[in-house]
Amino acid sequence: MADLRIKIGSLEFRNPVILASGTCGYGAELEDFIDMSQLGGIIVKGTTLEPREGNAYPRMAETASGMLNAVGLQNKGIDYFEKHIYPLLARYDTHVIVNVNGNSVDDYTELSRRIDNLESIPAIELNISCPNVKQGGMIFGTNPASAREVIAAVRKVYKKILIVKLSPNVTDITEFARISEEEGADAVSLVNTLLGMAVDVRTMKPKLSTVTGGLSGPAIKPVALRMVWQAARAVRIPVIGLGGIMNAGDALEFIMAGATAVQVGTATFIEPRTAPQVVTGIADFLAEKDFDSVSRIIGAINRF
Amino acid sequence: MKKRIEDLVVTGNRRLAESFFVIEATSAGVLPEILPGQFVQALVTESPSTFLRRPLSIHDVDRTSNTISLLVQIAGPGTERLSRLVPGVDKINLLFPLGNSFTLPSKGQRVLLTGGGCGMAPLLYLGRKISESGVEPQFALGFRNRSRILEHNEFRKLGTVHLATEDGSEGHKGFVTDLPVFRENDWDRVYCCGPEPMMKAVAASCRERNIACEVSLENLMACGMGICLCCIVPTNAGNLCSCTDGPVFNINDLKWQTSE
Repeated sequence: MADLRIKIGSLEFRNPVILASGTCGYGAELEDFIDMSQLGGIIVKGTTLEPREGNAYPRMAETASGMLNAVGLQNKGIDYFEKHIYPLLARYDTHVIVNVNGNSVDDYTELSRRIDNLESIPAIELNISCPNVKQGGMIFGTNPASAREVIAAVRKVYKKILIVKLSPNVTDITEFARISEEEGADAVSLVNTLLGMAVDVRTMKPKLSTVTGGLSGPAIKPVALRMVWQAARAVRIPVIGLGGIMNAGDALEFIMAGATAVQVGTATFIEPRTAPQVVTGIADFLAEKDFDSVSRIIGAINRF
Repeated sequence: MKKRIEDLVVTGNRRLAESFFVIEATSAGVLPEILPGQFVQALVTESPSTFLRRPLSIHDVDRTSNTISLLVQIAGPGTERLSRLVPGVDKINLLFPLGNSFTLPSKGQRVLLTGGGCGMAPLLYLGRKISESGVEPQFALGFRNRSRILEHNEFRKLGTVHLATEDGSEGHKGFVTDLPVFRENDWDRVYCCGPEPMMKAVAASCRERNIACEVSLENLMACGMGICLCCIVPTNAGNLCSCTDGPVFNINDLKWQTSE
């Protein structure tokens, strides 16, 4: 079988398939369907310093080939995470990564410092791209100076593998990928959701309580793929691709466009076994084409 | 409870009044334990505008034939596609069993199951389980008018059925909350599933009279497994997922205002 291992910084992953934050809970929700040891990693729910109730209902709207969400980072905060969730994560034989959020630079650094102390968490995904919170989130990820400030500040206090999750809601994704690289990030992951909205014609109201929300699913895949291709050509650090991956074919597109690894997100809602199926599908493709490792096809479209 | 994903064979598809239909889906193996109030997430294929699974209440379970019945109302292209499933030909992919369950009564209690329209769906299996436990359930079912009344022979086999129609074209004129049987004060438990205004009216009346009451909510959801956090319900314990902490809630835990 082909070698599926990839590396992000000094961290080796069993394979390039990772569960995306916000679409896999804390792993336990999927235990009936997924053996975590089949995956490269799992990025658990977006976490903040303080507990957050999230936005009001309705938070979701189905759209053509996708869905809008406006959850707004509902989570119980880092204290609860450390006490009640973290102890359960060590049992997973895969890399467990925490998605880190904040309203301010201080929030991000304080939270990153706390997670740096958690032994079985080898990496964080710095979320500067959540479109569903009033403060922080995407505001950091769409302003180059703010992005630089928060990445630099976190890099100072967080010693392990730092992945920066980028927003697609920018004119030039390469600018933010470069800033991440310059400030010492080990990788960038992209894309977070695209800002969108939907209207209920019958009630003449927006379908989301927040009016706007984040679009995910196959609807955004071509846009995500283009941005991953652009980012991968702009930086030397690994790019982790996500956005509408529903099967191994989609994942291979991202890898061939330059992604070192991929994340499976919204697809898990419809078919919880998607991520392990993607792993198998990538292995089958490599075997069929006689490649000895997945690294051989990363960025393939630029070479052939 | 362990969840599973399974392709079940469609063995029945009966059209009821207007836009309602009952799908029967039979497992090739043995069905897992299914509790009253639980639901399935049905995959919809060949419907280009349908992206997510559709949450559907479990209407009934026949353990001898390993068949699940789903009472569905056509609400859009996804459910419309399901209404055209062909028995003996098509399969239906279900993620199940999902959610919590109604609390069964203790021996000797008087229980009333109230619902309307598609909200009748979970009440048949609940009634069956209550009946099996040795308590006779009574049903209070509400409909807009005579032509919207859904088949309820199976309910009658389990207990007395009281009908209300908004225009009085059959049964009592008014809402289920106007039925004399609903006004009786010696109910130990009232269960309700139906349109939100009905559930709120039933809840308000039960709270006033200090009658234990559980409602089954039907919120928009994506995953059905407590991951997406889209189907949240504001409760005294904060925002909870209707898919995993519900769909059944005790009305005392909900932040429903009686004035609403």
